Amino acid sequence: MQFTSPVLDYALLAPMLIILGGAIIGVLIEAFLSSVYRLQAQLFISVMAIITSLLSLVLVRDRLSVTAAMKTITFDGAGVLLQGSILIIALLSIFLIADQTNFTAAAATVPGSAQEREAVQAQSRTTEVFPLTLFAVAGMMLFTVATDLITLFVALEVLSLPLYLMAGLARNRRLASQEAALKYFLLGAFASAFFIFGASFIYGYSSSLTYSGIQAAVVGGAGNDVFLLLGMALISVGLLFKIGAFPFHAWTPDVYQGSPTAITAFMAAATKVAAFGAILRLFYVVFANAEWEWKPAAVVIAIATMVFGSLVAITQRDVKRMLAYSSIAHAGFLLSGVIALNKAGLDASIFYLLSYGIATVGAFAIVTIIRDSSGEVTDLNRWSGLGKRSPVVASTFAFFLLAFAGIPLTSGFIGKFSIFSAAYESGSLAILIAGVLSSAIAAFFYIRVIVLMFFKDPVEDGTSVVLPSALTTIAITIAAVVTLVLGVFPAPVLNFIESTATFIR
Amino acid sequence: MTSLTALALLPLLGALFIGIIPSAKVDLIKKFALGTTVVVAMYAIYMATQFKSSNVALQFVEKHEWIPAFGINYSVGVNGIALVLIVMSVILTPIVVLAGWHESEGGRWSAKVFYVLILVLETMMIGVFAATDIFLFYVIFEAMLIPVYFLIGGYGSGERAAAAVKFLIYSLFGGLLMLASIIGIYVNSNKLGVKSFDITVISELHNYISPMTQNLLFLGFFIAFAIKAPLWPLHTWLPDAAKAGTPGTSVLLLGVLDKVGTFGMINFCIALFPEASKTFTPVIITISVISILYGAFLAIGARDLKRLIAYTSISHFGFITMGIFAMTSQGLSGATLYMFNHGFSTAALFIVGGWMIARRGSSTIADFGGLQRITPVMAWMFFLAGMSSLALPGLSSFVSEFLVLVGTYTRYPVAAIIATFGIVLAALYILIPVQKALHGPTTPGNESLKDLNLREKIAIAPVMAAIVAFGIYPSPLLNIINPATAQVIESAGFTDPAPTENVGK
Repeated sequence: MQFTSPVLDYALLAPMLIILGGAIIGVLIEAFLSSVYRLQAQLFISVMAIITSLLSLVLVRDRLSVTAAMKTITFDGAGVLLQGSILIIALLSIFLIADQTNFTAAAATVPGSAQEREAVQAQSRTTEVFPLTLFAVAGMMLFTVATDLITLFVALEVLSLPLYLMAGLARNRRLASQEAALKYFLLGAFASAFFIFGASFIYGYSSSLTYSGIQAAVVGGAGNDVFLLLGMALISVGLLFKIGAFPFHAWTPDVYQGSPTAITAFMAAATKVAAFGAILRLFYVVFANAEWEWKPAAVVIAIATMVFGSLVAITQRDVKRMLAYSSIAHAGFLLSGVIALNKAGLDASIFYLLSYGIATVGAFAIVTIIRDSSGEVTDLNRWSGLGKRSPVVASTFAFFLLAFAGIPLTSGFIGKFSIFSAAYESGSLAILIAGVLSSAIAAFFYIRVIVLMFFKDPVEDGTSVVLPSALTTIAITIAAVVTLVLGVFPAPVLNFIESTATFIR
Repeated sequence: MTSLTALALLPLLGALFIGIIPSAKVDLIKKFALGTTVVVAMYAIYMATQFKSSNVALQFVEKHEWIPAFGINYSVGVNGIALVLIVMSVILTPIVVLAGWHESEGGRWSAKVFYVLILVLETMMIGVFAATDIFLFYVIFEAMLIPVYFLIGGYGSGERAAAAVKFLIYSLFGGLLMLASIIGIYVNSNKLGVKSFDITVISELHNYISPMTQNLLFLGFFIAFAIKAPLWPLHTWLPDAAKAGTPGTSVLLLGVLDKVGTFGMINFCIALFPEASKTFTPVIITISVISILYGAFLAIGARDLKRLIAYTSISHFGFITMGIFAMTSQGLSGATLYMFNHGFSTAALFIVGGWMIARRGSSTIADFGGLQRITPVMAWMFFLAGMSSLALPGLSSFVSEFLVLVGTYTRYPVAAIIATFGIVLAALYILIPVQKALHGPTTPGNESLKDLNLREKIAIAPVMAAIVAFGIYPSPLLNIINPATAQVIESAGFTDPAPTENVGK
């Protein structure tokens, strides 16, 4: 057997390599730097890594290549946009993670044990969350550009494993947090198994693992269609799990609720971009010619997801669970962009992912600053009258909710308009109607929170808005401004996405 | 200088200035708000004098690119119908501010927030009638819900939060149906060869789409407008909202915002989808007649003054809708004039009714009695407002109601005859409360009620003047309205039915 040494295009891989490098430096900091300086050092390294990566991405934004890493990675406009979105969301999330009061003092200790108390007294910090975040970011970036099922699987694991750990780092209600981590891990492991099982069927079908090879087999149509169907279905299960689509959503509310809120923000926003990036590439490029095989099922899943998420969200009493179900509904809306299978659908999906991701980080950031003496308050009833006590914070949160509800003059409205019109353009009237109706249902529970905050009298139980750290303030401000600007003057961003977003095959 | 943009931005500018006045200086805020709205009203009246009524094209047109990716423009302009409604809106706003001088006190938030909301709402009221881009119209249509929602929920009385939510949910539901139609228009506008939301461009679309598509698109718009207007059976939010809101809010809600619904029926339903309008006309005329009678019966049975006014409005909106869908130039002119006059007569009822309620501390009709002796001026004003509502000849509403009935009779004689019973019922629903509240023995607790003060007299004077003046001499309005309505009827391809009986022979 002849081995050829790999040819790598380091300029194109640089954005990911920089993040990985940052992560490794972060690990070394954990090992060697005194705990006194760790937080600042980690924060600095993470922010610098993300910004440098973003800059190097900007430098190579016009270079399209399918051979950057032996055909396992494809760089194209859509990939650049998705990677950029992930980096922007990651930067905002790092600002939230920097507020370490949300994280456990020592993750390895048993909750309630003497060791835990010692760690709390010693004011230990969970700074290892920074390199973990960077590893996850690198995995996510790879996930959106991978064009080989094995690479895709590696990326899936690289992004998932750190997230499983990070879910278990909450300071308060540590048992719930650990439960969330375990649940996420177990179900995630199942999903990975489904994915790899599906990949093997696809290999059986096309005798190829690269996207170009599989696509050629789909176009040729010579293979056994049963294998193709099984493979597509099983791979989809793995990916739909990541985006929390019905009926693979079961982990979402528990994990969103149990995880430290900063981590919830990160995974709710960034994982969605990454997973949808992979789904879009897979279905727009590889399986586009098998449209008639997967589209009907995808339509059913999309409609079920948006209706289910919207309906169940109504009954939620916990703000993080409510946002979890709302994210399920949005996963359904985003699936309409996949179903559209046209250029407008791709543009709309990318715009939606970016705007929704940023608004999500903003919304969760506000959750982190509503606290009582024992930590964050997520029980919605205790948010009553927040508008009276902290009008600015409550108004900003209301603004994010209106963006989720898709009210005009917010980015959510432009996103919804563009994604539904793309779906309808492709002939899917059912998606349009279901989308509009579930938006109406969804509006109900967003408004309920606004009612609670503004029209109910405050409860006297010590719930208050803590003064957010400077970085959290920056994150919230950026998120709010972006949400407004993308709602009022979306033209530059839309034009940029329209001219950039392409998948090369 | 005549610019709709400048007109619409003036109140917003005022709102910004109020934003920097300290909350404690309530009096200054009120005076500033009043001054701003008066300037806006004078500017609008000046613009109306510059309007060339002989010219049927849109006037004061402005157009700028907004979101070119979707072919969306910021484009405004008015025909006679829109102009009359803008003038009505901006005249009512200062009256509302002056009449409800103390309305902003005792709300959830400061007076400052109240006037900022009112001024923001005024900007949107101007914009929604001026918009000639369907997307822009939709954005304002939805966005204007937010200030109203906070005005009702924050400054109203009784079950204000629930009423505000009911209002918002109904409106959002209708708005989302309209969004589905707008997406439909956007996608189908491909058939015109341009991506556009311009109302004159889209008015050609009906020639290119199937009747089924046209019907669906029409329904999306019509249901949204029927909720807004509101028509039976979608009216249930209105009495609650009108009762909970402050009198001033209710004036703007019923006098202006609900007109967006009937305005939309003319400007969007008929102008864009003439064939579908024709298809649905029998149903709509039936619903209108039911609304006329149903609203009237509910009004007769009403025990609460504010609910009574809301029910009379449902009856009046039935008349307006019937006039619109009679598809005759007389009916349409009558309906447009009706919108203008209804604004003033409802304003009179709500403003005087609001004073009565504020003095008595109760809105139950039975709690009043003998007001004619105790507070003669207030009683006369209420009486006159009531007479205007029941369309007494010599007052403005008579002209419009007559035109609507005549215009309807030429095409739908049966509907017109049944609707005439609405006039009889109107006499009942006005005269019964007039008798109960103004005449008869003084109800205990009313002895010391104060009559109108100078501020209140100044506030109500222009309303009464308009009611009387346009009752005697409606030509200035009709001169502006008639060319526009004739043009709508003509370009939609309708002709007035020829008279069937030739009296001269």
